[in-house]
Amino acid sequence: MEFLGLSLPLLALFVSFGFMVGVLFGFFGMGGSFLITPTLLILDYPASVAIGSGLAFYFGTSVIAVLKHYDVGQVDYKLGAILFVVLSIGIELGSRLVFGLEALGIANLVTGIAYVVLLAGIGALFLRRASKLDDEDEAEGEDDVDDDEIPAVGQKIQSYNVPPMINLTSGGRASLWTIGGAGGSVGLISGLIGVGGGFIRMPAIYYLIGTPLTAAVGTSLFAGLFSGAFGTFTYGMSGSVDLTVVSLLLVGSALGARIGSAATTMVEEDDVIIYFGIMMVLASAGIALSELANWLGTGALDLVSVLLLVGSSFFVASMILYQVIQSIGAAESDARATPDGGD
Amino acid sequence: MIEAAALPAPVQATLLVGVILAQAVALYVGYGALERVATPLIETIANAR
Repeated sequence: MEFLGLSLPLLALFVSFGFMVGVLFGFFGMGGSFLITPTLLILDYPASVAIGSGLAFYFGTSVIAVLKHYDVGQVDYKLGAILFVVLSIGIELGSRLVFGLEALGIANLVTGIAYVVLLAGIGALFLRRASKLDDEDEAEGEDDVDDDEIPAVGQKIQSYNVPPMINLTSGGRASLWTIGGAGGSVGLISGLIGVGGGFIRMPAIYYLIGTPLTAAVGTSLFAGLFSGAFGTFTYGMSGSVDLTVVSLLLVGSALGARIGSAATTMVEEDDVIIYFGIMMVLASAGIALSELANWLGTGALDLVSVLLLVGSSFFVASMILYQVIQSIGAAESDARATPDGGD
Repeated sequence: MIEAAALPAPVQATLLVGVILAQAVALYVGYGALERVATPLIETIANAR
């Protein structure tokens, strides 16, 4: 039996996977498109459709994020507008590269390898952070970042006067070449592998262009929304966006993001960050297995790949939900034990 | 896949962006309304236990 051109199990998979990605997105503040594209690749969608649909999903989640943070903090609109242009050029170049690789028949392989490296790298960073948590607790407060401070690297880059220079709202000046290089590279990665790129865009604005942290977050969100729309448009031009899949994922994700966001007040990020790192490494292994299966010409490893990629994100999202339920249970027990508030 | 074959590709792509934008806004507003209705209801049920 089919509905919207998809079998019921696949339909349920997309909605529930969207929900779990939404929980992770709401909790960790990451877009999650980097989980969507590889999953579609493993499910045998062509690389261009997997990437286009991943970008369209990212655009949808960006709209929800902007609505949620409608006062996106401090936004450098001039920098955001320039970034939108260079990000769009990068996405366009990336998408042309994908279609070129598809013509050569190696798009899925190149995208798969890029994801193995990307997810393993992010996973390693999170595991490193988890292992250092104890040290950070001991040195609490020593390395607190001032939200209005421009990082030393950014100040150093800004000190090189390579015209044309742009005045930033925060007071500093940045070369158009720096903005073009940083934004263009992030856009190229977005267009090539179908990720929103928030996890590299925000650090690029903060460290390379040199804006205060609050402005970097707001400007990244502002530029990301428009570049997501442009990426969707670019891949939509060639019919490489599966609207049914994107819609099902968004239905689950919008609900999951609300729950994930609410969970941040009940569950400590430090308690589950190690699981997030493990999830990334398992997802990377899942894609590597899928590529190995393709190379060996056997579909035997495909199920293991899907289980590793989808199952690991289900596991981490379930861990967060489980801790939320435990936290609510503990709060109720406390309330019963001390009905007068403990006085 | 979008199958509005009669329309030129740029129009189809613009429509696609518009549909996703509208869907995201509708989901945000819809789930927000659901949350406002469901939260007091769940609290009432929990307090009644």
